[in-house]
Amino acid sequence: MTAPSQQKLKVHGSVVVTANRLGDGAVVHWMAGGGWSAELGKAAVVTNAQAAKELLAAATADDVNAVGAYIAPVELNSDGVQPGNLRERIRVGGPTFDLPITFGI
Amino acid sequence: MPLVRNGKIVDDLFIRILDDAVVPDDVAAIVPAARLLADAGEFVQRGGATGVLWPNDRNVSELAPHLGRLALVALVFPNFRDGRAYSQARILRERHHFRGELRATGQVLRDQFLLLYRAGFDAFEVSKPADAPAFIKAIERYSAFYQPAVDAPAPAFRRRSVKNFRSDQPVN
Amino acid sequence: MYIYDDLDRRLVAERVDEFRDQVARRLSGELTEEEFKPLRLMNGVYLQLHAYMLRIAIPYGTLSSAQLRTLAQIARRYDRNYGHFTTRQNLQFNWIKLSDLPDVMADLASTGLHGMQTSGNCVRNITTDQWAGVATDEVEDPRIFAEILRQHSTMHPEFTYLPRKFKIAITAAPHDRAAVRVHDIGLRLHRNGAGETGFEVIVGGGLGRAPFVGKTIKPFLAKRDLLSYVEAILRVYNQYGRRDNIYKARIKILVHDMGAEKFAAEVDAEWLNIKDGALAIDPAFIDDIAGRFRYPRYEMVIDNPAALKRAQVTNPRFENWFKNAVSPHKAPGYSIVTLSLKPEGGPPGDATSEQMDRIADLADRYSFGEIRVGHEQNLVLPHVAQGDLPAIWAALDEIGVATPNVSLVSDIIACPGLDYCSLANTRSIPVAQELTRRFKSLDAQRAIGRLHINISGCINACGHHHVGHIGILGVEKNGQEFFQITLGGRADEKAELGTLLGPAVPYAEVADVIEDVVATYVELRERPDELFVETVKRLGVEPFKERVYAAR
Ligand code: SF4
Repeated sequence: MTAPSQQKLKVHGSVVVTANRLGDGAVVHWMAGGGWSAELGKAAVVTNAQAAKELLAAATADDVNAVGAYIAPVELNSDGVQPGNLRERIRVGGPTFDLPITFGI
Repeated sequence: MPLVRNGKIVDDLFIRILDDAVVPDDVAAIVPAARLLADAGEFVQRGGATGVLWPNDRNVSELAPHLGRLALVALVFPNFRDGRAYSQARILRERHHFRGELRATGQVLRDQFLLLYRAGFDAFEVSKPADAPAFIKAIERYSAFYQPAVDAPAPAFRRRSVKNFRSDQPVN
Repeated sequence: MYIYDDLDRRLVAERVDEFRDQVARRLSGELTEEEFKPLRLMNGVYLQLHAYMLRIAIPYGTLSSAQLRTLAQIARRYDRNYGHFTTRQNLQFNWIKLSDLPDVMADLASTGLHGMQTSGNCVRNITTDQWAGVATDEVEDPRIFAEILRQHSTMHPEFTYLPRKFKIAITAAPHDRAAVRVHDIGLRLHRNGAGETGFEVIVGGGLGRAPFVGKTIKPFLAKRDLLSYVEAILRVYNQYGRRDNIYKARIKILVHDMGAEKFAAEVDAEWLNIKDGALAIDPAFIDDIAGRFRYPRYEMVIDNPAALKRAQVTNPRFENWFKNAVSPHKAPGYSIVTLSLKPEGGPPGDATSEQMDRIADLADRYSFGEIRVGHEQNLVLPHVAQGDLPAIWAALDEIGVATPNVSLVSDIIACPGLDYCSLANTRSIPVAQELTRRFKSLDAQRAIGRLHINISGCINACGHHHVGHIGILGVEKNGQEFFQITLGGRADEKAELGTLLGPAVPYAEVADVIEDVVATYVELRERPDELFVETVKRLGVEPFKERVYAAR
């Protein structure tokens, strides 16, 4: 997964703008009316480069609530908005193995 | 952009001369490096003090023959993460014993004040006005350091390991 | 153990105050992210996929039991009950909140721990042999010099904004356990013909995008000159290192572009100006720092006591562990015990709070309160009386850190990869986990012999894949996880970079390919004790390539 900072702005399909919350680093998404939500379902979803660029510009203007905003792919299905690649699935769902708390004692 | 000098916010008495502008005789002026090197004689006769703006990718030892006539050397931080001028500052102070004003210019932020000060800067063109009043607090934040620098030529190891250390004491 | 004095403590405490102020200014918006990022990095704080990550320095890999308990407590209180030991003798917490970090730092400082300079373009945590001070083959304790360098580089006013990060490693044994040839500066403490000890200075080694084995620029440097010479190297690098391209900014590129000889000449010219100045080290200073290290008072005990022999003959599980995880110690009757953080199916290098607490207790009871961290992501109890080995084995086994796989094929070194890391191309931990399942038979592992697998999730090479006997590097192809395999790398005194086996293979096939590679080695080796790397050296990668790609 190319690091998002090196991403060229090509938009295929649906995308959202995502970032990490400043205070705790949690994954958040830019909402249509502005502002961030931890729920992917509340993210503004767009489908072309121009709209994505505008969304990103609005999101990056907020340097205090979230950091490192970038455009991430999503898929829309009957369950709603889903992360569009492995990286985003891990960001939303956590590591793909059991955390070590379940090992050892 | 406020100027902090010797810990205080002061007026900047120097004007900046661009590449080939005329240098007024009686005012303190900072001239570009290339001009100083092209015609050092031009600045010997001036009434006002002369300073030089020295880029961070040019060997600062080239300045050595001129230092006696310079009241100020301004070094440059194109952004605060580019640390070349820290080395230049120490070389000017420690090797060439420059005693004039050593000024930090470019992106000069509060969280670098202490390092700049320790490297030998005594004047700071502060990028963010709000940072200037915090200068003293920033450089007094630490009460001890390990390594020698311009502000403390004896390293901590000497201060704590060798009693009555004198800096001229021979080693080994 | 190095014992902090008032100056050391004050400096760490003042750093906590400074960081608290910086975090407050960031949270209020006074500092932009661009301004804050280098400041947080310099305190070991990264922003990863899910949360902030805090990297804590474990200088020269030595921890006290009190420090390990502090780490356990922080994991419990501010994180998710575990920590990850890295290939650079650091510990990482993966789920920390920025707003908690000042308090975390204050807790760390209470036992002399910190995250200073574990990231950023400065001199990083100085690493060394995890067996320093106890190895049978060392010339002198390298930690004394690691500590001298640590002090010199901590908050250095000139070298805090270098072109790029800067890593120094020291070894003092002929067998290099600190990988000094793949560091920005590698120092090898040795004795010269005249019987004096000094350093071979190696520069410009490093992994990552353009891997290099370092070049020796000074075969013998007197101890007196260590700091002035390192300062001269840093000063040359600070002035001439590239700043226009992050991928070309490491000192290895400067050394390569300038040529090692010219680089050495520049350093020498600079060094002449400063070598007799304030940085010249006198013997009193070395004695002073050495005097701050507390060494155990070993009991007078004999080698191979009856209790040990009895356990060896009566308990085959113990005997297997003993042969694998216990190494000779310089003091008679003592041993070095390696704790495997590589259980079958576990993420390499992770330890839970409970494990850390129990290990701290065991260190108090059996190892003079001292624990070491090695670059292989295992822990070490460095001073265990041989008579105590059966008891300590039982206790370690109970907490899952006595897997007898040290330096075997399932003792895998892996970076966090895409499960945590925001720079990753691919995952690496699940690859390691799958491999430990494939090679779970300990008998089979022992028959294979010493074999290091190293996995990195991207070209930054935190898993040191270039110097793994088998290196696995994650790359991305059309949004899918693929892996390049290299063979024949090694990080020790015969350091070498691995050779690419062939085209990258998809995630689902990596474990199969590695199994094929290992099977090929077992068939081709000349004798059972010809190491994997030796077979690859003798035959090249061709026979492996044929076997692996013929089937695919
Ligand atoms: S090697 Fe790459 S993926 Fe692995 S931890 Fe380092 S930066 Fe992250």
